[in-house]
Parts: sequence; C-alpha cells; structure tokens
Amino acid sequence: MAAGSGAPAESCVGQVVLPGDVLLLPAHPEDDGERLRLGAGAAPRGRLLCGPGLRRCPTGLLVTKCGLLRHRPAGGGAAGAAGGAYWVDSQQKRYVPVKGDHVIGIVTAKAGDVFKLDVGGSEQASLSYLAFEGATKRNRPNVQVGDLIYGQFLVANKDMEPEMVCIDSSGRSSGMGLIGQDGFLFKVSLGLIRKLLAPKCEIIQELSQLYPFELVLGMNGRIWVKAKTVQQTLIIVNILEACEYMTAEQRKQALAKLSGN
Amino acid sequence: MKATPLSNCERRFLLRAIEERKRLDGRQCYDYRNVRISFGADYGCCIVELGKTRVLAQVSCELVPPKPNRPTEGILFFNLELSPMAAPGFEPGRQTDLLVRLNRLIERCLRNSKCIDTESLCVVAGEKVWQIRLDLHLLNHDGNIIDAASIAGIVALCHFRRPDVSVQGEEVTVYTPEERDPVPLSIHHMPICVSFAFFQQGTYLLVDPSEREERVMDGVLVIAMNKHREICTMQSSGGIMLVKDQVLRCSKITAVKVAEITELIQKALENDQKARKEGGKFGFAESIPNQKITAFKMESAAVDTNNVEEQAEEIITKADPPSEVSTTPILHTPGTAQIGEGIENSWGDLEESDREEAAEEEGESEATAFECQKMETEDTSTMLETKKDEPIVVSDSEEEEVVILEPQELPMKTRAQTNPKQENASKKAFNKRRKKKRAAY
Repeated sequence: MAAGSGAPAESCVGQVVLPGDVLLLPAHPEDDGERLRLGAGAAPRGRLLCGPGLRRCPTGLLVTKCGLLRHRPAGGGAAGAAGGAYWVDSQQKRYVPVKGDHVIGIVTAKAGDVFKLDVGGSEQASLSYLAFEGATKRNRPNVQVGDLIYGQFLVANKDMEPEMVCIDSSGRSSGMGLIGQDGFLFKVSLGLIRKLLAPKCEIIQELSQLYPFELVLGMNGRIWVKAKTVQQTLIIVNILEACEYMTAEQRKQALAKLSGN
Repeated sequence: MKATPLSNCERRFLLRAIEERKRLDGRQCYDYRNVRISFGADYGCCIVELGKTRVLAQVSCELVPPKPNRPTEGILFFNLELSPMAAPGFEPGRQTDLLVRLNRLIERCLRNSKCIDTESLCVVAGEKVWQIRLDLHLLNHDGNIIDAASIAGIVALCHFRRPDVSVQGEEVTVYTPEERDPVPLSIHHMPICVSFAFFQQGTYLLVDPSEREERVMDGVLVIAMNKHREICTMQSSGGIMLVKDQVLRCSKITAVKVAEITELIQKALENDQKARKEGGKFGFAESIPNQKITAFKMESAAVDTNNVEEQAEEIITKADPPSEVSTTPILHTPGTAQIGEGIENSWGDLEESDREEAAEEEGESEATAFECQKMETEDTSTMLETKKDEPIVVSDSEEEEVVILEPQELPMKTRAQTNPKQENASKKAFNKRRKKKRAAY
C-alpha cells in the first residue's frame, strides 16, 4: 500500500528503518520535466548509489530490509546528499549470492570443464577451470575436491545458477584463486564479516599486534585463518567468533590477557 | 538441503590439532561441555543443552490393553526425531542411518536396562496397562546427539507424573490431577550414555565430540552406565578396532562422568520440585534466558513520529466523505433484504457479485466497528429478477464467505488520540460476498 509522503533520507541516517518505509531524496537540481534525463542522474556528481536493503521507487528509495540506515557522502563530501551511497545495515547468517561479492567456496565436484562449489547459498556455484590466472587448456589449475577457492561472482541472480570466476575484468587474479593447504575455515554471521571488512577495522589491527597471521574473509560468512602454530590459530578463531557478542572493552581485556600470557 | 561439505583444510587442521591434544573450544580430551537442564511447565517436559546441542524430551501416558504375551507389564515407547532445524542436512521423513542407529541406542539404553519398573504400570492384568511414550526432538546439532538425548530421556522420565489410579474389585477409577496428586514413575536407576570418539586408528581419544570432531573421527564408542557402575549397553560403530585396555579405560572414564552428570540431574530435579512446591515460577519461560546480540545493540532506537500526525491530518483532509448509508433494510422478497445502495465495482468484472441477503449479517458486521458496503455489478435489475425465480442454493464450498478488504476513504472515527495505525485500519472497509452455486447457468 502506498504510504503517505516518506521521510527525507538524510534525517533517517543512523536510525532504524523498517521494510516499507519510503525515503525521499533531495530534489534534482534541474527539475525540468520536458528535458530528457540521460539515465539515472546525468551528471556523475549527482549520481546516487542505492545499496543493499534499498530499492528505487518513483518517489525515492524503498526500504526492503530492517536495520540501520547508513550513508556515505560522495567524493569529498561537499555536495551533501546529492551523490554518495545509501544502504541498510542488517544482520543475518544465511547468505544469498550477489554479483560482485568475493566469497570462499568449497569444491564439491569436478564435472568436465567446471568445478562445482558450495558457497552457502541455495544452489552450488559453477567455476570454469579457465577462470584462473594463467590457465589454458593445457595448463589446468590443480584443484581437488574439498579445496578452498576465493573468487567473485560473475552471475548471481534468482533465475540462474551462480557463476564464479577467480580473475577480475583485466585478467589478473588480484588475490583470488586457490587458498593454501593449511589454516582453518569457520563460519560467522554476515554482519561481522562486513564489520571486519570495513577500512581500518579495530579488531584486525588489535589482533595483528598479537600474532602475525593470514586472513581471508568471504562475504558468505566464511573466514580462513592461518597462523604459525595450531594454538595461535585456535586463539584467533575463538576471538573472531566471540567478537560477535563482545563489546570493544571486553575484547580489549581479552586481548590484553592473551598478550600478557 | 544438502549438508555443508567438509573441506580438506578443516580436516587436516582438526587432525593436527587433535594430535597436539588441542580441541577447537579449548577443552581437554576428557572434558564434557556444559550441561544445562531446564524443565517445562508440564510434568515430563524438559530441554537438555550439551554445549550448543539441544534436545527436547516429552513424556506422555495412556491406558491401553497390554501386549498378549505380557499381560501384567506396561508398554514403553521411545521415539527420537531429527528436526530439520537442527542441521541443514536433516530432511523430514527420510530415515537415515544415523536416525536408525540413535533410535536403537536409546531403546537399548532405556528399555533393555529395565530402568523403569513396567510391572508397576499395570492397572488391570490382561486388560488395562499404562503406555508410557517418550518423544525426543533434536533442536540443534552440535555433536554428540546420543548423550544429550539419553540425559533428556531419563530426566523427563524422572520428572513425569502419571495420574493416580485405584482399583476396587472390578471398578477402576482414574483420578484427575485436581482430585489426587499425580504419581511419579517407578525408576530403578538412571542409565546415561557417554560417547568416545577415536582418531588415527584408535590412537587418540576424545570424550563428547563436537560436530566438527564427529566429521573427522574414525569411529565412536558409546557406553551407557548408571551411577552404580553397572554397564547397561555398549556400542562401537565406525569399524574401528579397539584394544582391551582402551575399552577398560573408557569404562573407567564413563563411571566418573556418569557420577557427575547424575548429581547434576538430581540437583536440577530437586530445584524444580522446590520451585513448584513453593509456588515459585517454573517452566521454560523462566529457565531459558533471552539471548541478545550485543555487538550491534543500541539501547533504544528512536522511531521518528514527529511528522506522523501531520501526515495523518493530510490523509484525512484528502479523503472523500462516505456516501450516505441508510440503515433501514429494503425488503425485495421474503427472505432477502438490502441495506444501502451499492457503488460501482472498482475491481472490474469479477464473478457475479451477489447481494447480502440476511439483515442480521449487516447488523453483526456493523457491530464490529467497520462499515459495510455493498458491491454491485452493472445490471442490478436483472440480478434481482433472477434471484426471485431461482431457488436459493447455499453452496457447500468451503469458502462460504469471502471477505475482501478494499481501501476506502472514510472519515476516521472520533478517538481520543490520533494514532496512525488505527487510522489505517479504519480506512479500510470490507465487503462480504457469498459465493453461490451457479444454478442460473
């Protein structure tokens, strides 16, 4: 049902929004009805990114997930809300494949030219053996059933089987591909992953002062960790799992105890 | 759904960790996870949590004729179900090996050990005995289902109370709980299962394996024992070959663990008994705490209601006033009546819309504080004529009345406070239509 006029988007940033809420965007500067609009926002400066949990509707943005509304101003942050991105910060554990997401998949089968990967979604993703850096028909990647692969989704919609690749658009691997043999894989909620992937995440900085380790974060909730010894790996795994339910002070205390040991 | 496959790197890491005597959650090799027992409001209902593994047990009883070859014994029935909410790999209705194995273990542990006195369940020999039924549901699978299930089963049986019965000659009286206090079952001892997981061909041993450890284990040995150090049942699965002193060592460990768990069970039963006697609160609502996620918690989230009132006023002023609704019924023919005039059907041509017939229906619906309005198609006059001629057939379809909610502009009923939710509700009118057999065709 069409609600009445919605609230302006800037005033809702940082507050809880519910599905069905309509957020109004500031009026377009050239509000000329006769002029043809060249796509959604002709000038790149005025282009607004509609992030997860939001959908375009005639009057503005329609909220489809409940959570906190976030906003990132565009460029230098000068133009106010004319550019930039809006999205909804929601919490869930079940992953739904999204195009462009980098995920960790487990190889379940080799069927001819493709590998079948389990990514935690409802369908298994397919990955062609040619989608690795430097792979040719003669030079196949050495991937066995049960190996871990870090890749991104090329195709991910509700009508088709998801497809993954381990190279980016320029043909370079940029960190994707087969993940090494050691280390440990575990699962956390999606909200924690996004928190860890934020730039200058405190948790990762504090942990890196504890021990050196390698970390791969998949947007499907899977984390791969490798440290020098089994004990150190286990400690990092337990801290990351507990970070979900700990406040910042509790975490600092736990880490202080560990580094004191 | 398919279960998530185990990757090679997880398997290698877990085996390496076990070789270094390290477990994922920091336990020692012979440590159990925390056991939590909580009781429901009914007698015989309990939930046991072993770490994150949760099992719900429920005991019920019924008077039935006994088995022909055992006329003086009661009947016991055990059933364990793996709910699909426990793990993604569990599907309803599919009998897996795991399910069969668990059910057999529970039966052997509780029935063959004769922990329940079945003779005391007899009411009239050869005619009426009590049938005690134990249902176990797995709510969450994090390893070691059998231990949690056996604890839940025996706790529920100890907690259960059956109705009191008295036999005088030929007369049998079953008293309700209000007349006489229900009677507990006669239980001789409490058998509890303890599982041991073996790795690397029996070299390493872990007590109470978690779900990850169960995936990489070679085999498992389950020993059911009571606190008097009597072994009730033993089962080894997975095809591992065990040496004699390994089995003896496991049985010694089992004796220690069973003693601890039995003490825990006794304490839990006593606490619950005390709470019920003193009139304190009992049941799941009290014992199962609300769990909250703290990392993203906000103390209170402000919901903006500032301009809601203005929005509401706007909506009201924009709404059209309703058309005049006359409250006197117009009688067309004996047995049919109509209140008010219908408006144009805005849904387009649906199946022939009928009129309301009984005036009582109108009266009822008005009492529910919504306003009823009729719907009519274009040729109302023809409808009237056909109605007079044809016999009124009440359809036997299950959808006797179809209630259709339509958005309609109506003035808000006067209320003390303007409340947006109530306004939206009062804005809708609903129409009642009755489907009839198309005798006219």
